[in-house]
Amino acid sequence: MSDLDIFNRRLDALEKLPLLKNEISISKALEQSGFSRRDFMKWASAMTAFLALPASFTPVVARAAELSDRLPVIWLHMAECTGCSESLLRTDAPTIDSLIFDHISLEYHETIMNAAGWQAEHNLEAAMEKYKGRYILMVEGGIPTGNTEHFLTIGPHGKTGKQIAQQACDNALAIFAIGTCSAFGGIQAARPNPSNSVGLSKVTNKTVINVPGCPPSEKNIIGNVIHYILYQTLPALDAYNRPKWAYALRIHDLCERRGRFDAGEFVQQFGDEGAKKGYCLYKVGCKGPYTFNNCSKERFNQHTSWPVQAGHGCIGCSEPDFWDTMGPFEEVMAGRLFDTVYGLGADNISDKIGIGVLCVTGVAVAAHAVIASLEKNKD
Amino acid sequence: MSKRIIIDPLTRIEGHLRVEVVVDENNIIKEAYSGSTLWRGLETIVKGRDPRDAGFLTQRICGVCTFSHYRAGIIAVENALGITPPLNAVLTRTLMNAALYMHDHPVHFYQLHGLDFVDVVSALSADVKKASDEAFKYTDIPYATGADKLLEVQQRLKTFVDKGNLGPFANAYYGHATYRFTPEQNLIALSHYLECLRIQRTIAQAMAIFGAKNPHPQSLTVGGVTCVMDLLDPSRMAEYMTKFQEVADFINRAYYPDLIMAAKAYSKEASVLNDVGVNNFYTEREFQVSSDEWLFESGIIRNGDLSKVEEVDEAKITEEATRAWYADNEALHPYDGKTNPNYTGLIDGESIDDKGNMVHSKVFDTKGKYSWIKAPRYENLPMQVGPLANILVNYAKGNKIVVEAVDSFLKATNLPVKALMSTLGRTGARAIEAKIIADHGLKAFNSLVENLKTDESTCATYVIDKNKEYKGRFIGSAPRGALSHWCRIKNGVIENWQAVVPSTWNASPKDANGVGGSYEQCLIGMKLADVKQPLEVIRAIHSYDPCIACAVHVMDTKGNNLSEYKVNVNL
Repeated sequence: MSDLDIFNRRLDALEKLPLLKNEISISKALEQSGFSRRDFMKWASAMTAFLALPASFTPVVARAAELSDRLPVIWLHMAECTGCSESLLRTDAPTIDSLIFDHISLEYHETIMNAAGWQAEHNLEAAMEKYKGRYILMVEGGIPTGNTEHFLTIGPHGKTGKQIAQQACDNALAIFAIGTCSAFGGIQAARPNPSNSVGLSKVTNKTVINVPGCPPSEKNIIGNVIHYILYQTLPALDAYNRPKWAYALRIHDLCERRGRFDAGEFVQQFGDEGAKKGYCLYKVGCKGPYTFNNCSKERFNQHTSWPVQAGHGCIGCSEPDFWDTMGPFEEVMAGRLFDTVYGLGADNISDKIGIGVLCVTGVAVAAHAVIASLEKNKD
Repeated sequence: MSKRIIIDPLTRIEGHLRVEVVVDENNIIKEAYSGSTLWRGLETIVKGRDPRDAGFLTQRICGVCTFSHYRAGIIAVENALGITPPLNAVLTRTLMNAALYMHDHPVHFYQLHGLDFVDVVSALSADVKKASDEAFKYTDIPYATGADKLLEVQQRLKTFVDKGNLGPFANAYYGHATYRFTPEQNLIALSHYLECLRIQRTIAQAMAIFGAKNPHPQSLTVGGVTCVMDLLDPSRMAEYMTKFQEVADFINRAYYPDLIMAAKAYSKEASVLNDVGVNNFYTEREFQVSSDEWLFESGIIRNGDLSKVEEVDEAKITEEATRAWYADNEALHPYDGKTNPNYTGLIDGESIDDKGNMVHSKVFDTKGKYSWIKAPRYENLPMQVGPLANILVNYAKGNKIVVEAVDSFLKATNLPVKALMSTLGRTGARAIEAKIIADHGLKAFNSLVENLKTDESTCATYVIDKNKEYKGRFIGSAPRGALSHWCRIKNGVIENWQAVVPSTWNASPKDANGVGGSYEQCLIGMKLADVKQPLEVIRAIHSYDPCIACAVHVMDTKGNNLSEYKVNVNL
């Protein structure tokens, strides 16, 4: 059976599920929000490419999006800054991406829901009960634990964030840790981690798909859900449980300044002549070579820009413990390389060698460039 | 018989906020407490790190004020090191800040706060033609309110309601006695709600042109900005200007007129008037638009007396923690603050739930500590900060641009200036502030273009001497009001960091004198129409645009290991 057949059979099965009570279908919602079928298919074809599927799969991706209203979503806020919600709900609304979550089946989301207090707590409990085993859980933020677990409480009963997250995980169909805080603990877990915050996977035995980034792009959030609907299994994950389809390549691999790196043309100092010409930012601290994410391909805010385009190096925000291992952010990693968490798991050897080679190359190339320029000056 | 009402989570804000009020038999609020229920400790985490990294860490205080703490963290270090960034960098930061305000204020009104004023369901019974005419009462060139447009909006809403699905509008307090818009006015506001969803994406892109992304832009560095290629590219500059103008148009033709409409419709609604909260107002200078010109000046007003404005003396700012979950209570200047967590938790109690039953709950220990937010004070006085404070101080100071904007708002609404000191005034002042930035923000753009013709510098150079000690601060404003960051650098690393942020001022718990912050004070004496639906409380608190992740912070000057503090988890 071809993949296409498999997907279609899965979607047939999903279609047989009842619509969520009191909900309208996504096609209707799209129509009412002023999206034409053509707009929708354009989005679906972009998403198909994004998921690295052949173009012939576009109708299947469109159908998967349409059927996402069979899946209720619960979004929890733990110890966080709301940047991930903003990424999804603020910058992109009301495109189809956000429509899927914002207008269709989002059962609980503190930043946008109208209900407050007791009603909010009832909404959450009712959704977890009614859609037991059927809802998608998305969690934003790190989770305080240990003797500081009570540093986060929510609701009139003063439940801790950890209790609520665990309960929500127990009955979820699939679990996504949205953003670096939820995936790896994030900034509150940086040294000395005064609230003993941890990533979601540390408080549940169930598999958690990590969607890191500070914040992750909205496409990485939506793409994972579409992927889950299509394959009905978790995507292939790397050593840190990040979906390989989105996090397999280094920022460096597809960087627009890669040619400058290879040519040994580096910005030596922010604002210098090299900065004006778009030289490589490696020597002012870019962590693109050590960071796995698709920013260099997808950019942010509907492709408006991304850090390297704006002349600042990558700070490595989708890597575990990057606050402690990647800083100072405006200095080269070089000598400190192997003190990092790199290499845990399957990619161990190749990563170390890859980075080692790269680092040596980078330094050598840089050295070459300096020598070349010195010699030029001599002439 | 008094009854306690708990609102936790207080939604449609940033962060984790709990408000408790106690009402008497006439449903009049006698006591009010506001507290945050999350602590992350970012200022502790900044310590010991490279000063150049501080901005990136402080930025993560908040993903909503996503530029404010980034810039504050960078400028505090620049101030400590004695760096003057090039004018190009300063003006670029102003343009990014303008984008932040022009995003934040309309989104706050329509997506977060507006539903406290707009009864969406009521729009169904609106006469479309009448609504279209109504829009002309508030502006000569209304936005997205032609009869055909309004009919489309109404039909869309009808389909939602007929299906029994209100989407993002579900579970609100529709039909509540304190809603004051006519069906036609509700329909106008609903049309703008939908337009705002689109327009806010545009202005986020405008910030990303110079900032790389939004939220959490990444183009500031100690000494300047890194987006030199974008600044030297006329097409990128034009892109910013076009997006700015598109959103300014929305602010002038939709957001601002809607506030005039609201001010008129709600001018007799007691629950949004006469509840100014703290009547001491504090604001800081902001929006540098040329080498020597700012849109807003700093100042302090005491006891609502607009005839006198004091200059701010930063030495008079302190923070204390008598009623906050920290061990050291005394009032200290931010450079010398001490904060060790001392969580004493919630206690067993009873409150009234959404069905009207008295039920067991966890409640604030109102005799002890009850919030993660500390109590900042100016010469021992609580202060109200935010757009209202900014507009009042600048009005009282005779700031020409502000006087003109306020006078025309008052004229259009037939309100006296005193009426601004209310929930309605806080919401109106935010629209006035947004309008001023929309109307005058491009001055910074023009200054930048002029300056770039002769000067391409974007970054100042500097050295950090490891043998020297440094001390510096950022003082300015964020969309929610006066913001300051204070730092000490020693041995080349950060020794100390403290942020005194807008929501800390406004959401402050009581202090040693028993005086609460503005959230608490504005609720006392308010009468609720229905204790099961405390809409009036939510509306008043939303008018401050709470940002609770910002408000919760800690510093520990002694270098103690905070994780070793024992906490009674059974509480």
